[in-house]
Amino acid sequence: MIGFQHYLLLATVLFAVGIYGVLSKRNAVAVLMSVELMLNSVNLNFVAINRYLVTDHAVGQLFALIVIVVAAAEVAVGLALIISIFRQRKSVNLNDFNLLKW
Amino acid sequence: MNMNDLVFIVLGFITLLGAVGVVSFTNIVHAALSLVLSFLGVAGFYFQMQAEFLGLVQIMVYAGAISVLIIFAIMLVMDRDPNQTNISHPVNRWWGGLIALLFAGIIGFAIRESRFTGQAGSPDADRVGQLAELVLGNYVIAFEIAAILLLVAVVGAIILAKGAKEQ
Repeated sequence: MIGFQHYLLLATVLFAVGIYGVLSKRNAVAVLMSVELMLNSVNLNFVAINRYLVTDHAVGQLFALIVIVVAAAEVAVGLALIISIFRQRKSVNLNDFNLLKW
Repeated sequence: MNMNDLVFIVLGFITLLGAVGVVSFTNIVHAALSLVLSFLGVAGFYFQMQAEFLGLVQIMVYAGAISVLIIFAIMLVMDRDPNQTNISHPVNRWWGGLIALLFAGIIGFAIRESRFTGQAGSPDADRVGQLAELVLGNYVIAFEIAAILLLVAVVGAIILAKGAKEQ
């Protein structure tokens, strides 16, 4: 019988895949995509908690909606930053973005 | 095994397949398309959990808008052989895998050991109506701030991507 815990476990695995992507990928766009995976797993948790634990109002769905809005803004600005930095350094490899390192 | 469990297993398989594809394809265009598959799986979970409005928003915003944005950005910044665009760092991949496994193990163990005392809500509750009342009631300030955030982000993204004028 599939219940609340299975949703939490699935979201955990999704988040772990996102962590792996963020830590191991060299392409900046791939890192952004992994961050999207992590945000999706958090949204899944919000909706599951709303479905199984806090059932009298839809506040979990509201939080998930606001996370989606912030994620859309984050992706737009992040991709614009990547395009802008690509124009200067001719690369999207995160190892080349060490301008601010000392 | 009833219908609900079968739907969960199929959707979970689709979602995790897409997520693993994002980190394992070496061509980043394929990784982006795999990300769309994962988004659609998550949208299916929303529909399964009686969050129909969120499921539609997920399909429109994530699987529609964000994925198109990501694919456009990939096309604009392609600088080498497409099959080498999504390779992992040779050292960091092991550290990343270790940290991800540790995270999944610890959180998974905590979830297994926890006892949750909730009951699934009734499937015929008017979730969209409740959501509307919350968005335009108690949480109206968050709603307005989200609107301003989107406006600022769009203007900022246009200015960043256009680039400053050379003096």
